[in-house]
Amino acid sequence: MTETNFEPKIVGFLCNWCSYRAADLAGSARIAHAPNVRIIRVMCSGRVDPTFVLKALSLGADGVMIAGCHPGECHYVEQNYKAMRRYHLLKHTLLAMGVEPDRVRLVWASAAEGQQLAEAVDSLVADVKKLGPLGWSQNWEENGERLQALEHIINEHAEAMEVHS
Amino acid sequence: MSKNAGSATATAPKPKLAIYWAASCGGCEISILGIDTKILDVAAAFELVLCPCIMDGKVRDIEKLDDGAIAVCLFNGSIRNSEQEYMAQLLRRKSKVLVAFGSCAHEGCIPGLANLHDREEIFTNSYQETASTENPNKVWPQTATQVPEGTLHLPVFYDTVKTLDQTVAVDYYLPGCPPESPRIWEAIQAILSGQLPPAGSVIGSDTTVCDECGRKRNVKKIREFKRTWEIIPDPEICLLEQGLLCCGLATRAGCGALCPQVNSPCIGCYGPNNDVQDYGARFMSALASVIDSDNPKEIDQIIRDGIPDPVGSFYRFCLAGSLLRRGKRSAGNGQGATKQHQHVS
Repeated sequence: MTETNFEPKIVGFLCNWCSYRAADLAGSARIAHAPNVRIIRVMCSGRVDPTFVLKALSLGADGVMIAGCHPGECHYVEQNYKAMRRYHLLKHTLLAMGVEPDRVRLVWASAAEGQQLAEAVDSLVADVKKLGPLGWSQNWEENGERLQALEHIINEHAEAMEVHS
Repeated sequence: MSKNAGSATATAPKPKLAIYWAASCGGCEISILGIDTKILDVAAAFELVLCPCIMDGKVRDIEKLDDGAIAVCLFNGSIRNSEQEYMAQLLRRKSKVLVAFGSCAHEGCIPGLANLHDREEIFTNSYQETASTENPNKVWPQTATQVPEGTLHLPVFYDTVKTLDQTVAVDYYLPGCPPESPRIWEAIQAILSGQLPPAGSVIGSDTTVCDECGRKRNVKKIREFKRTWEIIPDPEICLLEQGLLCCGLATRAGCGALCPQVNSPCIGCYGPNNDVQDYGARFMSALASVIDSDNPKEIDQIIRDGIPDPVGSFYRFCLAGSLLRRGKRSAGNGQGATKQHQHVS
């Protein structure tokens, strides 16, 4: 895939009460934004376990958006602060593992902010496009000689068996 | 030797037991011997066919066995090279029950932290850069050597350390670095009596180290994380409340909270609890609840100052078994594995 036609896959975790409604509003108000984000509705940004983000990245997402109500406006009083702290811990860890900070983003959008959410989506997509594909599972690929090496062991053991039997 | 087991051997051949190590330190074997005189009951109940750490044994004798001939194999160590992968495949084929024994086989453990690097980087460091190394001709380990009789091969060193179940199918897991001797004995008893949990489960407790820890817990509100060398902690109060990064709240019970008992924070060697996919994620999630700040800049500062090595803190025992498994390759995103190094002596 060349850089010019790279369309990032982005998973978006949007909270039921604000940011998912902002996405709805963007739709009904015909606000155009990049179609790269696959939206998953969660009850609250505080529901977004770092596991969700890591799983998305490990399964092929190029970026992740977590969106919730503005600080102080959480439907569950303060769970978006928990999301904020998790996000900072996660980003600190991801950076140490070599994941560029621009791939994972925390966004606040109220139910009235369809325009802002659309802009946040566009900006995340543009940033991830610049970074290119993440392709995380390709980091796990093994040295090319792995299968050959396993064969050598079997052959050499078989030869040794012949001598001793 | 117990009477019952002794009389059973007179009539029927004893089931075979294999204990093997791959990328590991030998601590698991020491812990097995830590079951003390009960080891005689194990010897009475099983015929030990392979355990390179404590007795002589030949791989070719294992190769000659029928498939499934070994009743139980306790496999410790992670998979770091092709020889270890071969042994994992061989013992899987020859064993009815394969147990990932200890943290290395279960989730990668300390060898798995090498997954922050790849073979090229590890070899460059080990054979070129360390202060005690002088290697002007750049002699590096080669996997093939020509001799008059033909070509001999050494194992291939992998870029990424794998857990046992990333390599072959595993029946049970026994966590811990090392598994505590009483837990080993419980597992052996479960195997002997046939009272095993469903295949694929961890043989052990499903609570956390906090449940085994006798320290007083009040309110966890942390504004500053402390490294262990910075404070002498109060011996009565929860270590996390004192700012130490104690992993007890995310870690499976089983050790009896040994480290907190001696004023040292839990480092998470027993790994994640049931139904936790990623230990580090669970620990971060729990930690987010105790950081006492709602200000993003301040939160960032608390984390940066207090946790300089997040992978070593959150994934010390489980990087290879985590969702991401390793750090990004130096080759760059999506560049896959490094080529075999071509240095020749």
